[in-house]
Amino acid sequence: MKTLDANKLSDLAAALAAAGYRVVAPVRDGREIRMQEWKPGAAIDTSAVPVNSIKEFLFPRCEVIARYRLEGDDFSPEPVATDAPKTAALAVRPCDAAAMVMLDKVFNWEYKDDAWNARRAATTIVPVVCTAADQDCFCTSVGGAPDATAGADAVLRSADGGRKFILQPLGPKGQALVAAAGAVLSEGDAKADPPAQVPVRFDAKAVTEWCGGNFESPLWREVSLACLGCGACAYCCPTCHCFDIQDEATRTESVRLRNWDTCGLSLFTLHSSGHNPRPDQASRWRQRVMHKFRYFVERFGGLACTGCGRCARLCPGGMAIAQVCKEIDEARKAVVK
Amino acid sequence: MTLATYQSAIMKIVLARDEAPDVRTLRLRFAEEADRARFFEKYRVGMFGLYGVPGAGESTFCVASPPTRTEYIECTFRRTGRVTAALADREVGQAVTFRGPYGNSFPIEAWKGKNILFIAGGIALPPIRSVIWNILDRRKEFADVSILYGARTVADLVYKDELAEWGSRQDVRLVTTVDPGGETPDWKGQIGFVPTVLEQTAPSSANTIALVCGPPIMIKFTLPVLTKLGFAPKDVYTTLENRMKCGVGQCGRCNVGSVYVCRDGPVFTLDQLKHMLTADM
Repeated sequence: MKTLDANKLSDLAAALAAAGYRVVAPVRDGREIRMQEWKPGAAIDTSAVPVNSIKEFLFPRCEVIARYRLEGDDFSPEPVATDAPKTAALAVRPCDAAAMVMLDKVFNWEYKDDAWNARRAATTIVPVVCTAADQDCFCTSVGGAPDATAGADAVLRSADGGRKFILQPLGPKGQALVAAAGAVLSEGDAKADPPAQVPVRFDAKAVTEWCGGNFESPLWREVSLACLGCGACAYCCPTCHCFDIQDEATRTESVRLRNWDTCGLSLFTLHSSGHNPRPDQASRWRQRVMHKFRYFVERFGGLACTGCGRCARLCPGGMAIAQVCKEIDEARKAVVK
Repeated sequence: MTLATYQSAIMKIVLARDEAPDVRTLRLRFAEEADRARFFEKYRVGMFGLYGVPGAGESTFCVASPPTRTEYIECTFRRTGRVTAALADREVGQAVTFRGPYGNSFPIEAWKGKNILFIAGGIALPPIRSVIWNILDRRKEFADVSILYGARTVADLVYKDELAEWGSRQDVRLVTTVDPGGETPDWKGQIGFVPTVLEQTAPSSANTIALVCGPPIMIKFTLPVLTKLGFAPKDVYTTLENRMKCGVGQCGRCNVGSVYVCRDGPVFTLDQLKHMLTADM
């Protein structure tokens, strides 16, 4: 098996960069660990779940989808290049890798999203098995696991009590990455460390079922009272994919941009007439939970939540989707009794 | 490589007409023949598109002209925001962007030999008008055609020339109405709300398909009247609109429950509406 010393992840990144990969990895950035493009000298830190997911490297926060040259009242289209560099997403969390499989479905539902597909094809995803979890992690409640390999092209496993990593390719992209890593990896034996213990916090199937019949439940208002409508939960979420399309122009050029957006914001569904189908935070939270735990299941056959817990870690109101799901699960049990 | 999904065609405005205060119609011709051919290969009546002005953005409207007229498309919209103001300010000879058609359509091929009843209110006539012309352009294939159209005031009636044309045709039964107080001294149509006038004129539901489009309040009071007249929910059609950005089922804002208006609609039957989470509309 291919192994490397635990403190040599940066060497692996350097080897991959030298082989032409853009390396995206968890790098300490002040008090936070952030998924970012690795630069020589940056220390890769796998000690905690990064604040952001790898979503932004496949689906940018802001992307030009059309460009026009403006001449007075006239305009003419200009070509738009989509950037899809060969990328190694190194030491991502298994919950992030799983999320990319969900997004593949959305971006290929009926219309194929060329930009997503190009970046996806150019990206090799290498999750690191979680050997520790915090109180916000809940992958095991939504069908995941700390050592899950959904969406993974290769996997890094902590071994020999944290002294080493095993790098195991899981497909052609992973094999190409191992080959590109070259001498940084050594052939040898190592014993994989046990994955983290992540307790199951709620019954996701029960949440899906409850959502089917409780669109107008008073619970939505109760659980959403702490929501400030800031949208942080959606921005850090690996599966949230809703977007806006807006134009920005100077006197000579206009770009049409696809920007991240979220159902948590009040303007999201506002009609120009003033009517808003989701007029309050309760209806927006309902949409958030329903989309992830009911609508996505109906339309794509899976949950749109991988249990990374980022939304709970970042929420300024102290809200947590796992807690909401737990309350739903409990409300359901109360009715059953 | 570009994002083909969002690639717009360039359209030249060949005709612009004010229909009512702040309501304008643009007739658009495709600058490229390939774009025109691609559009009409797919376009069926009821589909929508995104119309835009670079620098202002894109807005979603139905295609207000029928697929039987293949040289141009038309859209009719109210000036309410940044994009619609920019579109309304464009003049004949200038260009706009367009992408589409998107969404599903009215199954008019299944309506051959049937009576068709159109019911529309205010600015909601455009999505119905494309079906009216589609049916009238193929008049022999359908039985009776009735149109009930109302607006708040006489000034708010859109397509006034076409209303006159439909009114003078022997093969169309047209009833126009304005809300009480919205009439002018020389108004010759009805005075009353659409649901009331519908109940008074009491069209037969036998072998008849009804299309309803209007503000939510009109729809709310019209549907029970149709039920009373004996229309089966599967024979009553409407077209929904929600705020949309992508038009292709990805941006996640037009959904009503798990139903995406852009992809699963915009055309729905009353039967389908009954199973939708209307509190999300």
